[in-house]
Amino acid sequence: MITDHLVVLQIIIPLMAAPLCVFIRNANVTWALATVISWICLAISITLMQQVMATGEIIYELGGWAAPWGIEYRVDMLNAWVLVIVTSIGAVVTPYAKLSAEKEIDNDRLYIFYAMLLLCETGLLGITVTGDAFNLFVFLEISALSTYVLISMGKDRRGLTAAYRYLIMGTLGATFYIVGVGLLYMQTGSLNIADLGNLIPDIADNRTVQAALAFMTVGLCVKLALFPLHMWLPNAYAFAPSVVTVFLAATATKVAVYALVRVIFTIFGGVDILEAVQISDVLIAMAIVAMFAGSAVAIYQTNIKRMLAYSSLAQIGYMILGLSMNSVLGVSAGLVHLFNHAMIKGGLFMVMGCVVYRIGSAKLDDMAGLGKQMPVTMGAFVLGGLSLIGVPLTVGFVSKWALLQAALEKGWWPIAVLIVISSLMAVIYIWRVIEVVYFQAAPAGRAAVKEAPLMMMIPMLTLIGAAYYFGIDGTTTMDIAGRAAEALIGGLK
Amino acid sequence: MMEFPGQLIYWIVVVMMMMGFYIVIAQGNFVKKIVGLNVFQVSVFLLYITMGKVTGGTAPILADGIEIYSNPLPHVLILTAIVVGVATTSLGLALVVRINEEYGTIEDDDILEQESDA
Repeated sequence: MITDHLVVLQIIIPLMAAPLCVFIRNANVTWALATVISWICLAISITLMQQVMATGEIIYELGGWAAPWGIEYRVDMLNAWVLVIVTSIGAVVTPYAKLSAEKEIDNDRLYIFYAMLLLCETGLLGITVTGDAFNLFVFLEISALSTYVLISMGKDRRGLTAAYRYLIMGTLGATFYIVGVGLLYMQTGSLNIADLGNLIPDIADNRTVQAALAFMTVGLCVKLALFPLHMWLPNAYAFAPSVVTVFLAATATKVAVYALVRVIFTIFGGVDILEAVQISDVLIAMAIVAMFAGSAVAIYQTNIKRMLAYSSLAQIGYMILGLSMNSVLGVSAGLVHLFNHAMIKGGLFMVMGCVVYRIGSAKLDDMAGLGKQMPVTMGAFVLGGLSLIGVPLTVGFVSKWALLQAALEKGWWPIAVLIVISSLMAVIYIWRVIEVVYFQAAPAGRAAVKEAPLMMMIPMLTLIGAAYYFGIDGTTTMDIAGRAAEALIGGLK
Repeated sequence: MMEFPGQLIYWIVVVMMMMGFYIVIAQGNFVKKIVGLNVFQVSVFLLYITMGKVTGGTAPILADGIEIYSNPLPHVLILTAIVVGVATTSLGLALVVRINEEYGTIEDDDILEQESDA
């Protein structure tokens, strides 16, 4: 039955479609193909989610080779959740991509853009679905290499240096990760994530195993851009073509967070590793610095794409803070913020994509007076901004409330206060934009600006709308994140 | 305890790794950074190849009269990593070529200067 193979089809379909794009070479046809594929992926991931909710974990042995010798793909609540996040963003981004990419990427290279977008999605889905630590590295590099190409495709030459710097940092990070995997293999003779989770408790005091944990954590923190390993991110997001930024901001760092969760709570799940070697304190400290430094630097940015990139750094801080609390509430707060932040940032970067499409610039000064000329787009920015701040009835509120509860459950009053203060810093940088856009007159020389085209507006409003839908009724998302967190923390016992 | 130079090969791996890492950080030339990145990656290849060796073992090919074989799995793994490394290097160098076309230089300092003017 074809449905038995859904887990692997999720990877194979986009993987096969990518080279097909290169053969087709026609921009419109490749766009149509990429759109269809991304919707097929979404359908598969939703089906998988339903299967997992109905019958529990799905285990798929590649080529029929039994684990731990063969590679196995394993989908549980957490994977299925991340799969849905990645594929739904992919499905919204591809329709949006057409006009935005035509504007910002050389038209004779558009087919490569769609091929790379599909490869990037393949890599991200692969990281999520695989149950093998080395296979994870391979997918990590597939997504990373295609990301470097995507970032360098814009017309701004600074995109090239941003891609180069990301290549250096990303490769260092991925290499750190395989050093970690190698050290674990030395000690256990296994590469299967679940198998490692069973073998490690007996040898957790071993120095080699702890070195492996250090290598893997640092490597993945480069990928997810945790302060102070974030230097590649702001320029990469600011100078990549807008649609690439939307896709990366909403998926790439989230998948890296997922990989870190797997390392900490599944591979090292048998020993309460956050407590045992006290990396929890380090991660919490870094997360809090990220929350403040990210927001503070965002306030001074003149390029709004760059401002949102710094704000992403702060948001990654919230996710890591939640995870490193090492409690069911904390982890579920971190996981729900993965989804919520994907919607908010995806939506906000889509707004910026529309602005760049119409005025050709993401600079704050150039955006003066847009509030009257692009009312829907700017309205979406205000709504997305409110959600970023965490106003009630938005998804931002749902995840910050969960995070606050988790901090209070532990009795960490100072951290709860810090969460609130850093959220308020978002008010400042969002307000700066609102002030310029609504209360300053349009510059005299600028030709009349029209509202963004419908094909870009609909995906944008879908994401912003979703950010309110799941904000008003957060029970579904919190329930899924809660069940995933319980399964993870349950592994500790 | 590890006796110096008891596990000489690991010392070589660590020294190579740090040399590569240092080149990546300290060099301002984009091509030299990639050279450093390669040294860094090759040290990891060595680490993997080393761990596959079984004392007295031979190449893992079935033959009469041979009892002990080295572990082939790390070699296979690192073959994948080598391919990834080649892809990364070629993409990195391709980017350097494009950077040189756009900026007229591949020195980090000069590029930062040009970017701060823009």
